[in-house]
Parts: sequence; C-alpha cells; structure tokens
Amino acid sequence: MEEKLSFEYAPAPESRALVTIKAKYGHFIGGKFVAGSKHFPTINPATEEVLSQIALAGKAEVDGAVKAARKAYSTVWSKMSGKERGKYLFRIARIMQERAREFAVLESLDNGKPIRESRDVDVPLAAAHFFYHAGWADKLEYAGLGTTPKAHGVAGQIIPWNFPLLMLAWKVAPALAAGNTVVLKPAETTSLTALLFAEVCQQAELPAGVVNIITGDGSTGALIVNHPGIDKIAFTGSTEVGKIIARAVAPTHKSVTLELGGKAANIVFDDAAIDEAVEGIVNGIFFNQGHVCCAGSRLILQESVADEVLEKLKARMAKIRVGDPMDKNTDLGAINSKEQLLKIRELCASGDSEGGERWSAPCDLPAKGFWFAPTIFTGVTQAHRIAREEIFGPVLSVLTFRTPQEAIDKANNTPFGLSAGIWSEKGSKVLWASQQLRAGVIWANTFNKFDPTSPFGGYKESGWGREGGRHGLSAYLKGVSHE
Amino acid sequence: MSNRIDVKKTYKLFINGAFPRTESGRTYEVKNAKGLFIANPCLASRKDLKDAVVAARAAQLGWSKATAYNKGQILYRIAEMLEGRRAQFVDEIVSVTGVTKAKAEKEVTASVDRLVWYAGWTDKISSLSGALNPVAGPYYNFTIPESMGVIAAVAPESPSLLGLIDVIAPIIVGGNTVVVLASTKAPLSAMSFAEVIATSDVPAGVINILTGKKDEIAPWMASHMDIDGLDISGLGSKRHAEIRSAGTENLKRIYSFKSADPGRILAFMENKTVWHPIGL
Repeated sequence: MEEKLSFEYAPAPESRALVTIKAKYGHFIGGKFVAGSKHFPTINPATEEVLSQIALAGKAEVDGAVKAARKAYSTVWSKMSGKERGKYLFRIARIMQERAREFAVLESLDNGKPIRESRDVDVPLAAAHFFYHAGWADKLEYAGLGTTPKAHGVAGQIIPWNFPLLMLAWKVAPALAAGNTVVLKPAETTSLTALLFAEVCQQAELPAGVVNIITGDGSTGALIVNHPGIDKIAFTGSTEVGKIIARAVAPTHKSVTLELGGKAANIVFDDAAIDEAVEGIVNGIFFNQGHVCCAGSRLILQESVADEVLEKLKARMAKIRVGDPMDKNTDLGAINSKEQLLKIRELCASGDSEGGERWSAPCDLPAKGFWFAPTIFTGVTQAHRIAREEIFGPVLSVLTFRTPQEAIDKANNTPFGLSAGIWSEKGSKVLWASQQLRAGVIWANTFNKFDPTSPFGGYKESGWGREGGRHGLSAYLKGVSHE
Repeated sequence: MSNRIDVKKTYKLFINGAFPRTESGRTYEVKNAKGLFIANPCLASRKDLKDAVVAARAAQLGWSKATAYNKGQILYRIAEMLEGRRAQFVDEIVSVTGVTKAKAEKEVTASVDRLVWYAGWTDKISSLSGALNPVAGPYYNFTIPESMGVIAAVAPESPSLLGLIDVIAPIIVGGNTVVVLASTKAPLSAMSFAEVIATSDVPAGVINILTGKKDEIAPWMASHMDIDGLDISGLGSKRHAEIRSAGTENLKRIYSFKSADPGRILAFMENKTVWHPIGL
C-alpha cells in the first residue's frame, strides 16, 4: 500500500578509476615493499571478482618485520622527541584526508561495505584518530601515568575485517604517539587499505621500520602473538581468538589489550520517541551489515510499545536499499566473506529450530557475491543461541520486558559487555539505565557513534582495555602501578 | 602470673558478615616464631571460596550504589575501629612473627593510616580518571570509572596486617566486593581484622576473608567464572603465569602490585563511556 510512496533511486555508482590495484602485493617491512613468498587471493565480496593476490607472511617475514620494528624503536623512534613524532602523525592524518576518496573506494571494493559508510565514517574517522593522537605525542606526561611514562617498545597489532582502515588507525595512531613501533597484520580478507596506508607512511617520510605491515591469515597472527621480540599485543576480533591470545601471552611479560565480541542490548522504553528509536535500531544492527562488535543485536522492547515498534521497524527495514556497495544510495552492502555468510545462515537456522519467528525484508539480492537480507527474529528467549551468540551480520533478535529492572536484567544476562543502547525521553531513566548496564559504551538515544576522544572497549568477556581518549592511549604506555 | 587459664580464641573464616568454620572441617596449625602452638585456623576449601563469592556477588550491587561519601565514612570507620584495638593487633603480630613490639606497632600504625588514606579516595577517584570527551558532534559524552564486580585477592605473607589492608582497601574503594585469602603463616591478624570489619558498618559480604593454602585456593580463584578480577600481589611470581592462564577462561583482569597508589584502585574499575545527543 505505502509501497507507491517510496522514492525510486537511479543508480549512482562511485567510480573505481581512482584506485590502482596491483596484481600482487608483498609486505611493508623496514620502509620498503618486499616480495612475498606465498600468496592468496583477495576478492570483492559483492561480485566475487579477484582483486589481487595477497602475500602470506610466515616465520621469516614476521621475524623480519619485528627486527625492523625493533631497530627503528631503538635507533630512531625512542630517541625522537614527542614533538617531532607528533608531526609525523599530523602528516599521516593530512595525507589520509587528501587521499580519502581513494581509501573509501578501495575499502568498499575489498570489504563490501557501502561507499556511503566508508566515505562518511571509516575514512574520516581514521584520519581523525591520527590527528587526535598526533597531539598526544608531546604531552604524554599529562596522560595520568606519572611524569615519565614509557613506551612498551614493539607493538604487535592484529585487526579485523569489519573496519579495516579504521581499526588500523585505532591501533597504529596511539601506538606511535606513545612512542612504540608497530608490526601490524590486517585481516586475511581485507588487506588492501592497510597496504595503501603503507604508501601513506612512505609519503609522510615516516622513518623506516616504525610501521611494518605484514599480511596473512591466522597462522601469521599466531606468529606475531608468540614472537619473543614483541612487547605489546593489541588485538581486535572474536572473544574465542581473544582468549587464545590471552592464554598464549599469560606466561610472558607482554602487555595485552583485547577488543572482542559483543551482543549488545538496545532497550526501548515505552516513553521513547518511537520514530527516532526505530532509526536507532536500524543503525544499531544494520550499520556495516551488522559486522560490528558493538552492534545492537538484541532489541529489548517494553511490551506496551512492542507491536508499534515492530510494525514501524518492518516498514523501515523494507526500505533499506541492499546491493552494490559502490552505489552511493546503498544502505546495506555485501557480507564480507562466504565463511561469514555461512556462519550467519547457521545461526539463523538455529533461530528457526529453537522457535524464533524469522522475518526478512523483501529485497532482491544480487546473484553473485555474498548477501543476507536484513532480518529480525521475534519470540526470542534469553536461552536461544541467537540471543546469546554474536552473529556479526544483519540479524536482530527481539525480546520484550515489562519493568525497567527486567530490561536491565535481560540486557546484562550475557558474558559480553561491550555496548548497550537506551531509548527514553526521560532523563532520569536514561541515567539510571546507563548506570545499571554492564557495558563499556552506552549510547542513549543514539547508537554506533565513535570518536577518537571517546574511550571504547568492553566489560567482562568483551575485552581488556580501552581504545580512544586518554584511557586508550594509556594502553600503549607503561607507568601505572600494576604490571 | 596468676593461675587463671586464658580464654583462647577460635579462628574461623569471615563470610557474608558471619564467622563460619570451614565446611571441610580442615584446619592447620599456626606456630609462633619459637615453634610453639598458637592456633588452628581454618584450611578453607573450594566450597568455602564458592560461598564467599556468592556472598560477595550478592553484596556487590548495593556496595557499588552506596554513595562515595558513605563508602569513605565506612572505610574511615574501619580505621577508627582498628585504632581502638591497636594493642591486640600488636600482640598478635609479635606472638606469631616474633618481631619486636616497636616493629609491630609500626605496622599497625601504617595500617590505620593506610585505611585513612584510602577512605579519602572514594569521592576523588572518578575526578582523577573520568573525562568529558569533546567528540566532534552534538553529543554529550563522558567517561567514568565504575566498579568491576567481585574481586579475589591473595594477600602477601608479610606484613600480614598491612599487606591484607593493601589488597582489600583499593578493591572496595572502587565499589567492588572482595574475597581475600590471608597470609598462610600469619593469619591471626587477618581474622582479628575481620572482627574490626564486623563492627565498622561494612555491609555483609563486601569483605570476605579466608585462611588456607595459596597453592590450593589461588588456582580456584583464577578459574572461578563469577570472579571478575584477581590481585595476585601476595602470590610468588613463579605461579603468576599459571594463574594468569587459568584466568583467561572468563578473561579475568589479573594484576600484581608493588605499591599503594590510585592506579591500584583504577585497575579494578571499568571505564564506562556514555553518549547522549544535545539538541532541542
């Protein structure tokens, strides 16, 4: 009925002429690109087109990168004043801004996320992270860790595929500002923007070895984690892998930060501004195809407004434009990999078999590539796997509550504690709920907002430490009383 | 001396504000520096630890909600009660460890003063670590430290009273509740300290004290899924790797400290960041 009222959008594709993708890439070690030995393909998940061949780093490459990072740390970076280090970070921020469009196009091609998001969120925030941390480099004595905080040395950093460039920025910017050198491994399926970032380091004339980028899969990551020449490990990814890393470094003196999974509750109280809440729910779970550790994947609705919210939510979901990530109109892009698509399908199948009621937005999915329609499950209980396990896809589980305390109890009934959302127009209730929720980031009457000045990170099994702000910087400094 | 027979104290555990014996029925012998028998404290079991964690979990929400002013006054009250019983603590430390009276007095004085120092932190720690974050958009955004939950701790062997206070105080200042294992060789001052706590308006379950073997109890603490953090300052460094490894099952925050400072309070607090739009 209302179908007729919706706008028709003509395709508005972003040009990919802006980027040059090499047929084959090596590693960036000691300021130079060095050829890899083995390679694996990286594909565009929206088309399954092979974009390039990515090198798989083994022991020799990891050793080489750690050696280069150590040399740069002891001969150059640790001796340089914070003022000068900061200038390099400012340069990097500026070059990223200059080449923003190129980064955005490359990110969308390699990751499958809509160009609107890579252009408006990932890339500008990545540049902002460098700009913010640049200013810290000569002010470390004011970071709250005493008058002489020290860098750890060489940081090994392993990042996920959901926000490839942004996660690189979250890791590299504070590490360099604090005076560490880094060995960074992008995710197996999304290495291209990290390799473009290596070019930015060259253009910024960053001293050789301060940033080393080696590509590979989990085996490369394990080599980094277990390398005796690394002083600090920073990982963003699944809780499962995070625990393996925590165990691996337990007997060592390596410092660790972990930014892991989540199953965020998004609570809508009966006094919420419903239309705004619906937008927030959509942003909470369908932003970046739901490939977000802090995604609001559990919608917790007050019973008295549940029907109204669900009706409006379904109507809104039916208007989500799913398809070509390079189209500037697209809201929901491709699932990043076949493997991830299978995981989403498997967990949804459990939702069906455990008694949840599935509803997917009517939309035409492209024939090639990896796609999943925006989906909600109603009638979900706290025992269902889709209410407990991180789905990392565009799938929302809906639960209901009667009293505010019940909402809090349900929200906190998870081993995760990364983020949570609150929708209510009553200030005292918002503040009450934000106190009760056991999560590191609370979005009240908003969702999925990020900023370099704003600490991000989880309680409980969502990880160790924070990223962003003074709290995030401290993860890259020694000076606190605990070991 | 007179012919009067001393009334000796039975040393028990301190769980949920009460003084139960260990459910295991196990005890061990504590001797003084000259090798003479002093007491049979409890050899706490895994079940005692579980009971203590249940009590600590039940008390945690209430303690974290208590105002900073209230928490500060309660910590100060502990110092007042300890001050009033200085002589008893000095005697116990002398009898168990064989140190001079002057040295024992010094430890008790430092313990009282340390409690007073921590009492003053309850209403200042968030201004030290909190932040108003100037995000690039129309949002009010702040970060505050809040309690982590239930924290377990292994107190150092010595000094048995000051060491115990050094692990307990920073944990509860942050709004956490604690299950602490006292010095194995010198547990008497810990159990007498429980009597001080019991008369200091500390809500039941906020502080729970066990006596027993570190090698038994520390791994149980590390693997317990309802303990959020663990202070292993009192555990020999050779065992740290094993304990850290066991703690990864629920990604427990595990730390060891060398000094008393605000970082010790913040280590067992979580930073929460809250966003809210600004607008009409």
